Formats: sequence, C-alpha cells, structure tokens
Amino acid sequence: MEKRVTFSSWTIGILFAVPQLLLIFTFFYWPAGQAVYWSLTLQQPWGGGNIWVGLDNFRSILSNADYWNSITASLVFAGISTGLAMFIALVLAALTDRQLAGSRFYRVVLIWPYGIAAPALAMAFRFILAPEAGFMAVVNQVWPGFWDPGLNGADAMASIIAAFSWKYIGYNFIFFLAAFQAIPRSLIEAAAMDGSGVVRRFWDIQFPLITPTIFFLLVINITESFQDSFGIVDIMTSGGPANATNLMVYKIYSDGFKGLDYSGAAAQSIILMVLIVVLTIFQFRFIERRVHYR
Amino acid sequence: MSMIKNGLAALAAGAISVSMALPAAAAPTKFDFWFGLSGDLARVVDTLCKNFNASQSDYEVVCTSQGNYDATLQNTIAAFRAGKQPAVVQVYDVGTATMMLSGAYKPADKLMEENGYKIDYADYFPGIARYYATSKGEMLSFPFNSSTALMYWNKDAFAKIGKTEAPKTWEDVGADLQAMKDAGYECPMAINISANESWQLMEQFSAIHNQPIATKNNGYDGLDARLEVNKTKFVQYVTDLKKWYDAGLIKIKSKDLGQDMVQAFASGTCQVIMTSVGDHGTVGKTQKEGMNWDVAELPAYAGTERKNSLVGGASLWVLAGKSDAEYKGAAAFLNFIHDPKTALFWSTNTGYIPVTKSGFDYMKSTGFYDKAPFKGRETAIASLTASEPTEITRGIRLGNFTQIRAEFGTQMQAIFANKVSVQEGLDTLVKNGDAILDRFQQTYPGKALP
Repeated sequence: MEKRVTFSSWTIGILFAVPQLLLIFTFFYWPAGQAVYWSLTLQQPWGGGNIWVGLDNFRSILSNADYWNSITASLVFAGISTGLAMFIALVLAALTDRQLAGSRFYRVVLIWPYGIAAPALAMAFRFILAPEAGFMAVVNQVWPGFWDPGLNGADAMASIIAAFSWKYIGYNFIFFLAAFQAIPRSLIEAAAMDGSGVVRRFWDIQFPLITPTIFFLLVINITESFQDSFGIVDIMTSGGPANATNLMVYKIYSDGFKGLDYSGAAAQSIILMVLIVVLTIFQFRFIERRVHYR
Repeated sequence: MSMIKNGLAALAAGAISVSMALPAAAAPTKFDFWFGLSGDLARVVDTLCKNFNASQSDYEVVCTSQGNYDATLQNTIAAFRAGKQPAVVQVYDVGTATMMLSGAYKPADKLMEENGYKIDYADYFPGIARYYATSKGEMLSFPFNSSTALMYWNKDAFAKIGKTEAPKTWEDVGADLQAMKDAGYECPMAINISANESWQLMEQFSAIHNQPIATKNNGYDGLDARLEVNKTKFVQYVTDLKKWYDAGLIKIKSKDLGQDMVQAFASGTCQVIMTSVGDHGTVGKTQKEGMNWDVAELPAYAGTERKNSLVGGASLWVLAGKSDAEYKGAAAFLNFIHDPKTALFWSTNTGYIPVTKSGFDYMKSTGFYDKAPFKGRETAIASLTASEPTEITRGIRLGNFTQIRAEFGTQMQAIFANKVSVQEGLDTLVKNGDAILDRFQQTYPGKALP
C-alpha cells in the first residue's frame, strides 16, 4: 500500500498560513478597507471628525468633466506606452538572442534603465526634452515652435510616454530575452536547415512559443502604467499643461495630499482599483485564449 | 571656564525667561520644530536653531526640514493623527484657513501670555499681521519668513529705450515692452503660468488694485465665500498679458522648458520679471557680469489708488497636545525669533524681509539697506506698507487654496494655449474653484473661522 503523509486537523494548516494572512491583512485589506470607509465619508484632514455621505463622493467625481479627462489621459498613456515598451523590447530581445556582434554587451546594458528610479529618470528626460535647452532645442531651431510641452498637451503626453516606455523597455527586455533563450535551439536550427529566413522563424516558431511571456508582460505593463507613472508626471509636467497629463494616479496624489481632500482621493483610488481589476479580468478572459502554454 | 560660560548662559536665559524655574544644571527640555525650507535656506534655519540653543540652557529645539511646505503640512497632519506632532511647525500662508479650522493648535498669543512674554502685536507690519490674524485681529501664529512680489527690471535694456525708471503703470509696461521688442530684444518680459504664479499674477495684482478674489472679504467673513475673479479688473489684466504674449512681448519661462524666470532675468535673456523679493539674493549672485538691474513695486493700471501688496511665506504654529515644559520652550523660541537681532540675522542670510517695525528700524540703523547686495530690498517693505490694509487687502482666507492655485495654473495654460478665451477660462476657474470651496465648507459643517 502506498504511504501518504496526511494532516488530519485543520489547525496545522491554518497555523502555517497565519503569518502570510496577517501580512496581507495588515498591508492590503486593512488599508483598502480604510480607503473604502473614507470614500463613503467626508474626512476632516486633522482628524477632527467625519460625516457619512454615502456615495456622494463617487457621484461628484463621476460627474466631473476633469475626472473623465483624467481617465481618458490614463488610458491613452497606458495604451501607447505599453505598446511602445513591449514592441521595442521584443525587437531588441529578438536581435540580442540572435547572438549578433556585441549581443553580450547589449544584454547587460539594456537592463539598466529599469534600475533607475522614476524621479531620477524623469529629471534626465526633462533636460533632454526641454524645448529651449535640451536635444529638442535643436529640432526647435529647424522648425520653430515644433516642440512645446509647456503649452501643448500632446507634446507633454509624448514626453511622459517616452520616459515611461524607456524605463519599461529594460524590464520587458529581461523577460523577452529569457523567453527566447528558453526555446530549444534545435527547433530553430531545424527550421533554418529547412530554408526559412530570420523573419519566418520569428513568426512561426519563436513568437508562438513566447506568447505566455507576452501575455504576462501585457498585464504587468498595463497595471504599472496606471500606478508607476506618478513619479514621472510629478517631475516632468505636474499634470499640465491644462490637465493634459493629469493621470488618475497623479490626480489622487494632488487631490489627497496637496488638497487635503482625503475622501475624494480615497474614492478615486477605489475607482482606479476597480478599473485595473476590470482590465485585468478582461485580459485573462479574452486575450489569454490566444496564449499557448506548453 | 565652562562653569563661567554656563553661569552666563543661565543668567541670559533668566533675563529672557521670566518663568524660569529649572536650575541651569538640569537637562534641557527638548521640543521639535518642523519646517518646510530646503537647501541654503534650511542651513540658515539650522544655524538659527543652534543660536537659540546656545543662547540659553533650559530648552533645546530640534529642527527638522520636511523638504517643502506641502510635505511639512502633510507630515504634520499624519504625525498629529498619530499623536506624535512637533511642538512648533512652519505652515505656509495659504494653509492658514486649514490650520484655523483644524482645532490642532494652541493660539500663539495665549501661549506667550501664559508664559509671561509681552509681545507688542502692533509692532508687526499690519500687512503681515492681518494675513495670519483672525478676523478679530488675534494672532494665532507668528509670522516667520515673509516676502512680497516685486518687479525686477534690467536697467541696461531700459536705458536703450531711453528710460531711467521702472514703469509704474501697466499701460507704460505695454509701451516699454513694445519699445524693447523694436530695439531688438527677443524677450522683453518673462512670466510663468503654473499654480505657483497665482501669487504674483492673481493675488498680488488683486490686492494692489483693491479687487476681491472672493466674496465675504476674501473669505475672512465666512466659509461660504466664493470666487469672483472673473468679473474684476483681473480679467483685463489677463487679457493684456495674453495680448502681449501673442505679440511676442512676453515669453513663458519655466524650469520644465529649460530656464526659469529668475535664470532668464539673471542671464540677461529677459528684461523684466515679477517674482518674490526672496529671489533678490539669487539674482545678485547669479547675474551676468556687469549687468545693471533694480527692483520696483509691481505696476498698477493708470488711475488706480494703490493699496498694499500681500505678504507671502509662512508662519509658525504651536500645536496642541504637548506638555507645559515643551510649551515653555516653544514660547522662548518664538520670543527669540521675534527679536530684532534675529530679524537681522535672518534677512541677511536669506532674501526674506523683517516682519516687525522694530526689526526693520534696527536693520536700517545698522546700515543694512545701504550696502550693495541688499540695497533695493526695502522696496518690499514700501510695497507691503503702501496703504493700511483694507478689508480686501488683508489677505486671502480660503479653504484648500492650494487646489484653487492649481486650477489657476490649469486655466491660464488653457487660455495661453488658445484652447479657451480669457473670459471662458476665468469662468471655469471660478466654477471649479467654487466646487473646491463648497467641498471644504461641507467638510467642516457648523464650524466658523475664528
């Protein structure tokens, strides 16, 4: 008879789970619960008291045109920066995987951008993209008035997308390269011997085999572009000009911490959380179907 | 030797502190002071704290910079909710309404009285005192670092167009900027239009022209005050600024674009800017070699009966919930800050102005304003004391004013980017600003400003 280790009582199992549960409760459920409570009340910032207002906070936010503008800006930012960061990283990883000259060097260097803190890289991009002093000053000299993130909302949006994508190219690159290297060489060599070119091999063999990684990165990139964009926006544009880059996460910060409107900010973060959850469910429901796990 | 020193220090402390009961040998009572200045200014505050600690041996102030004004207020609120607040905190001008309703402070005038200090409140420049005082005139906090906005003008550029004096009216400014443009200057005047410039563009302008920013005397008389900048002289001002911008007489300069206003002026790129007297030192230190420049009061439209400009900066609040011993220390600290000698130290090392008449007189008597690097800073006092403060030029007492300033920046950007007309932009500013005020009022039901 086969011998099996079994646990007769629940107690031991629960005891093992307790530390983890405590951590999740302290750092996630408790604050999230607090945010839900705050979003249903009007909080006095100094803690002098609060009033129950039900869904009023949500009503006033959702009836505010500026907030819808902020949602649109966030979606545009998420869409374009995720697309850019993933596409460029995919191309770079595919090329590095081909062991072209210097690929070892690229493998190290291309990972670095992810190691740079968002505010530091935003500061660097602010200099690079400054219309009067940086690299774009040269472009502006050829076409005067071409680049003006100070007043042109589209230019400002392009700046923060460039900065964010640059950072996440490094992150995506690591995963793509690892995925490429996990593909058995024999498959690619066999295809090469059958006479297929580089592009053909990429589409027919490599791409289908890395779809799990692509899917994973898609979810992570979209989630992060909603949450991790804060530092870049704060340093580069402060949400301007005229709210063009006032992303949802930045609006939460400025309303909550600068404006001391804790309740409004709590309600906004609930909405942001719901939006991210819905987007992620959507991705798992509809996009994951096309992923081939081995 | 050290015993003599200790003895002397104890004597000095005894002279300052009437209520001194502790023997000199006892360990000093420690208390915290949080402030929102950074860089050079933070070092000056640190020196100030060291001087206070060295001046007596009963108390020891521990000074901590929180980086900037916003962070100071946020961190103080967080600390207060956790019962770990500092005894003294520096809160910026626009945080005054929030502080007054917080119930988290100990009134500074009561604190001083309880601890036996006699402060002559009439000694404060009225323009400064009323900004921080209640509608009845009680001082709940002590003015600390103070400034006002001035016009910086390049004498060389004005000499080119045959002028030896700064323009006094906006009509003259328009003509002079055009003349400078014709004389070949690329950037006659620089402005910026972010939230921060609400101070010089909207608030100072409105005070000087005796125009209200909000009803109920700019909010002093009730939380139900609402904005009205869309129907005052301010509309004409924005229209003129926009017209000059379109004609190339005004350029927008900000850090994000590569060069801020002050750098643009100091390097000689732009010939006129409006900024705080606090930048006087920076311009002096960073200016292009040999450039001649000066400061003047902000211009007013022709025919305006000129009023006092507004103070900017921060005041010191004493927070509730500390021990009596700490309050004694806090009172001694505030008394030390109030001393004219401290005013001289403070103004020499920063660009800020003295807040009391006696401080100003003391500085004049030492010849401070005659010397080259500081000459011109007395213009700020002249601007602040141009008139007795009226009901409207006392200051601005609006809740969540930081958010209203942000809205100002947003709408100015929309106006200057030609997205909306001047009137539309200012109407939206009022509409959105009123929503912020409405929300503030709802948060404090049944409460009234002191």
